[in-house]
Amino acid sequence: MKKIIISVVLLNLLAACASNKPQDTAATTAPATTAATAPKSEASTNGATTTQTMVDELNDSKSILAGRSVYYPFDVAAVQDADKPLVQAHAKYLNGHANRTVTLEGNCDERGSNEYNLGLGQRRADGVQKMLELGGAKAGQLKSVSFGEEKPKASGHDEASWSQNRRTDLNYAK
Amino acid sequence: MLKSGLFALLMLVFAHTASAALNIEIIGAGEHQIPIVLVPMGGDEKLGQAINEVVTSDLQRSGLFKLIDPAGKSPHQSAEVSYPDWQVRGADALAIGTVMPLANGRIEARFRLLDVVKHTELIGQAVSVADGQTRAIGHRIADLIYEKLTGDQGVFSTRIAYVNRQSKKFSLIVADSDGYNEQIVLAHNEPIMSPNWSPDGSHLAYVSFETGHAAVFVQSLYTNQRKLVADFPGSNSAPAWSADGRQLAVVLTRDGSSQIYLMRPDGSDIRRISFSGGIDTEPNFSPDGQSLLFTSDRGGSAQVYSMPIEGGAAQRLTFGGGTSYSPRYSPDGKSFVFTHLIGGRFSISMQDFQSGQVEALTEGGWEKKPSFAPNGKLILFASEARGRGILATVSSDGRVKQHMFTQSGDAREPVWGPRL
Repeated sequence: MKKIIISVVLLNLLAACASNKPQDTAATTAPATTAATAPKSEASTNGATTTQTMVDELNDSKSILAGRSVYYPFDVAAVQDADKPLVQAHAKYLNGHANRTVTLEGNCDERGSNEYNLGLGQRRADGVQKMLELGGAKAGQLKSVSFGEEKPKASGHDEASWSQNRRTDLNYAK
Repeated sequence: MLKSGLFALLMLVFAHTASAALNIEIIGAGEHQIPIVLVPMGGDEKLGQAINEVVTSDLQRSGLFKLIDPAGKSPHQSAEVSYPDWQVRGADALAIGTVMPLANGRIEARFRLLDVVKHTELIGQAVSVADGQTRAIGHRIADLIYEKLTGDQGVFSTRIAYVNRQSKKFSLIVADSDGYNEQIVLAHNEPIMSPNWSPDGSHLAYVSFETGHAAVFVQSLYTNQRKLVADFPGSNSAPAWSADGRQLAVVLTRDGSSQIYLMRPDGSDIRRISFSGGIDTEPNFSPDGQSLLFTSDRGGSAQVYSMPIEGGAAQRLTFGGGTSYSPRYSPDGKSFVFTHLIGGRFSISMQDFQSGQVEALTEGGWEKKPSFAPNGKLILFASEARGRGILATVSSDGRVKQHMFTQSGDAREPVWGPRL
């Protein structure tokens, strides 16, 4: 048991390192999912799978909660059926973890005007927020913003890039 | 290509313009060009040459002038002009003059425009500027020539604003109408969008993401002081000034989807004027201040609408298939330009209010966000060439196109400033 606690403490420390450093730049780059991914490799090498009950399930790479992005067709803001289980799982998680807060960041591909896309991104983020609230998350845990087409993840002028950019990210506060 | 080489050389010669580092290409020409000779000014030869380059490129860019080579002749005073020499070359007008640095550090140009056919003087004027503003003399002279010979207001002395994006760094830039003389108004690592000029040219309103979401700022170009005027939860964006400078239209999502609000430029007295379940954005005031053009998807796809600013029924204006964005009134209020997206291609189009007739001003590709020059004769827009965002202009008849490109990064969100 002692060994397990140490590994959990270590894991938290790592999570803290991983999350604090990029935080300053996180806003300018892709939304940080580093906190979720950095500790998970550590956990598996330590064989810490038995500590799952003590580890925040948000950091479990095998959980549906590891998914932090919702994707859309062109000029559409409604959460698609394929992504509904993901949003509902996050709603349930937030309902059970009242201290956690998440920012919903709506993004668009570059087609349309910058301002129209800002509105569309906001509508995407707001749609996810609404679904989270319906699933049990409290309004105080949620904030939605839009980056429109201003922070593309992929920079190509093609569908392969655009499909990645039509997205709402769930960015949990550390 | 020859032209690019010439401008590249110019960049080396004038150190103060090196940061602007623009390259200009002109495509097409107007139908009725006025033949004119621009004789480099006498006096201080180096200054004369520098001014001549500015006047030449300004007039060329307008597409309305045919520049005739002085072929070695260089009169600087009226008495030195032999009109038959110039008539033989087909010139209608001749520009001459002298330029000298003054004892007080200023530069003074004495400029004359002569009518070669009638043997008369059209303009005789002295223009003086502070040291280091040689280009400003050139723009002023180009304006004088343009106004005299075309009857329209010149816009060469005006300025433009745009956003430059270089990897993750964003800069808000103000530059001369030809792209030179860049000044950085704001630079940081968060997006900047939608710069918009106050009607007196003293302030810019814009959207910055530096607080973590889209918020509207108003900044003085004289003091650089700025004020956060809209910072509600969600997005605050698309600022647009009324022609009298007393109101700012903005788009807020504080009550749900993007809707249009009016407020004072200091952020006070806010009131909502659009009420749809859709995205209403990109408001633009009519010159008489009575109505707004805007983009809305209330009918199912993004189109251009107009509505009275006191609120009330909106009227859909674009029906041409595809989607339409970013409308802006012409200065005379008789037409508007907008971005048209159809078949995956963006182009700049102009629509006449009365006839409803639409004219595509560009071929289509990646052409966005048009805005009129104050005289309504040129339209500035964002385009793309060789994989980079660039600035471009097109004449309002679609005949003359000009590309400007900054040396690095993507130029976006351009907007033409007012006449001062």
